[in-house]
Amino acid sequence: MSEVLTKARARNVFYGGSLFFAAVFVAMVAQSHHFIVSSSTASQPLTDQVILGKQVWEENSCINCHTLHGEGAYFAPELGNVMTRWGVADDPEGAYQILDGWIQAQPSGIAGRRQMPHFTLTEEQTRGLAEFLRWADHTDLQSWPPTDAG
Amino acid sequence: MKYQSQRVALGYFAVALSLFAVQVLAGLLAGWIYISPNTLSVILPFNIVRMIHTNALVVWILMGFFGAAYYLVPEEAEHELYSEKLAWAQLIILTVGALGAVVSYLVGIHGGREFLEQPLWVKVGILVGALIFLFNITMTSLAGRKTAITNILLLGLWLLSLLWVFAFINPDNLSLDKMYWWFVVHLWVEATWELVMAAILGFLMLKLTGVDREVIEKWLYVIISTALFSGILGTGHHYFWIGAPGYWQWVGSIFSTFEVVPFFGMMSFAFVMVWKGRKNHPNKAALLWSLGSSTVAFFGAGVWGFLHTLHGVNYYTHGTQITAAHGHLAFYGAYVCINLAVMTYALPLLRNREPYNQALNIASFWLMTSGVAFMTFVLTFAGTVQTHLQRVMGMYYMDVQDQLWLFYAMRFGAGFAVVLGAILFIYSSAVIRRDRPAAQAALQPGE
Repeated sequence: MSEVLTKARARNVFYGGSLFFAAVFVAMVAQSHHFIVSSSTASQPLTDQVILGKQVWEENSCINCHTLHGEGAYFAPELGNVMTRWGVADDPEGAYQILDGWIQAQPSGIAGRRQMPHFTLTEEQTRGLAEFLRWADHTDLQSWPPTDAG
Repeated sequence: MKYQSQRVALGYFAVALSLFAVQVLAGLLAGWIYISPNTLSVILPFNIVRMIHTNALVVWILMGFFGAAYYLVPEEAEHELYSEKLAWAQLIILTVGALGAVVSYLVGIHGGREFLEQPLWVKVGILVGALIFLFNITMTSLAGRKTAITNILLLGLWLLSLLWVFAFINPDNLSLDKMYWWFVVHLWVEATWELVMAAILGFLMLKLTGVDREVIEKWLYVIISTALFSGILGTGHHYFWIGAPGYWQWVGSIFSTFEVVPFFGMMSFAFVMVWKGRKNHPNKAALLWSLGSSTVAFFGAGVWGFLHTLHGVNYYTHGTQITAAHGHLAFYGAYVCINLAVMTYALPLLRNREPYNQALNIASFWLMTSGVAFMTFVLTFAGTVQTHLQRVMGMYYMDVQDQLWLFYAMRFGAGFAVVLGAILFIYSSAVIRRDRPAAQAALQPGE
C-alpha cells in the first residue's frame, strides 16, 4: 500500500479530482441557472413589486423566524406556500388584504403564544411583500412541500 | 512558543472565546423563548436573538481558524510571521466588524439572507481582513519550509475567502439567490472548512502522537480528496426543493451520501495515529478534544447528515427540527471542538506554561458534549413528531409546535449544560492559578 500510495500521488489525485468535480459542478450550476430563469420561476413575471417585496423580506429579517422553501429558522410557519394556504395564490388584491390584516394584528400578545413583532410597512411595501410571496408560491419546487401545511 | 510572532494567536483566541460566550448565551435565550414565547418579544424578538446566535458562531469559528493559522504556520514554516503588525491590524478590523454587527442587529439594521445579515460595511471589513490574512500568511509560508499541512490549511482559507465574494451577490430571483447563497454556506462548512479542520487535526496529531510526518500528510491528502470529491457535488442536497432541476435529487443524494466518508476518515485517522504514536504527551485535554472533535463530527455531520440527506427522506424532513438537530451536533463536533482542541494545545505553549487546569478543561468537554448530544437527541425526536404530524398528516404548523413543548423544555436544559461547559472552558483557559509552575519547572506527579 505504502509503495502504491505515496504522498505525491495522493496530492495529485486530490488536485486532479477536485478540479474535475468543480468543473462538473460549475457546468451543472450554469444549466440550473438557465432552468430556473426559463422554466421553474417563469410562470410569474419578476416585476418591480416582487423585487421590492424581496427587499422588504430581507430588511426585516423574516428568514430568522420563518422558513421560505424550507430554509430559514424553524420558529414560525413556512411561507413559500402561505398564499396557497390562504387561498389567494392567484388573487393579488386578496393577497394584499389578508397579509396587511395579518401584519397589522401583530403582535397578538396572547400569553404562551409565539409573538410576531410589529412591522411598520407602507402600503407599497406590503403590496410588494404580498407579490413576492405570491411569486415564490408559483415556483416549481419539484412538488415540495408534501402538504399545504408547509 | 518557538517564534515570537506566534503570540498574535493569543489575541485571536481571546476574541474567539468572548464571541463563543455571546453565541451560547444568545442560544440559551433563544431556547428559552421557545418554551416561554412572550420573553422580550417586543424589545428583543426571536429573529434578532437567532441572528446573534448564528453570526457570533460563524465569526468566532473563523477567528479561531485565523488564530490557529497564526500559531501553526510559523511553526510549520520555521519562520517568523511576515508581519505581526498586519496580524494585529486584521484582528482589530474583524473585532470592530463583529461588535458593529451585533450592535446594528440590536438596533434593527441588518440584511435578510440567512447567516449573511451583516451590514455591507461589515462584509467589506471581513473581506479586507481576509485579504490581509491571506497576504500575511502566504508570505510567511513562501519564506519558509513548505509542508502539506500549511498547504492544505492555506488552500482551505484561500478558497473560503474567494467564496465570500458570493456574500455580495444577491440576485432578485429568489431561486437563483438560494442557489448562489449555498456557494458560501455549503461550500464553506462541507468543503473548505473541512480542509482547515483536517489541517489543524493533522498538525495536532503530529504534535501529540509523534507519528511520522510523511504518514500523516499522505493520509491528510486522502481525507481531503474524499471531502472535496463528495462535498462539491454534495451541494446538490440543498438544490432539491428550491426550484432547481430534478436531477439534483439523484446527484445530491448520491454525493452527499459519500460526505460521510471524510468524517469517518478523520475519525479513523485520529484514533489510528494515537494508537501508532508512542509519544506520551502531557496535554491530555488537547488529545481528548482532538479525538472528540473527529468522533462527534462523524456522528453530527456524517451520521445525522446522512439521516435526512436522501431526497426521498428529505422531501418530508426538509426544514423541520431534524435539520436543527443535525446542525447543532455537526457544528459542535467539527468546528467548535477542533477550535477548542487547538486552543487547549496552544494556550499553555503561548503562555509559557505546562498544560494547566486539565481536569477542569476535560470536565468542560464532557459537559458540553453531553449537552449538545442530548439537545440533538431531543430535537431529533421533536423533528420526527413534527415530520409525521405536519408533513404526513398535514396538521398546521403552530398546532404541531404546541405538541413539541416538552422536547423544547428538555432542549433548554441541555443548552444550560452547554453554557456551563462553555464558561468552564473559558475559565480553565484564561485563569492560571498562581501556585502553578512555569514551563521550566518539573511536572508534579498526577498533573
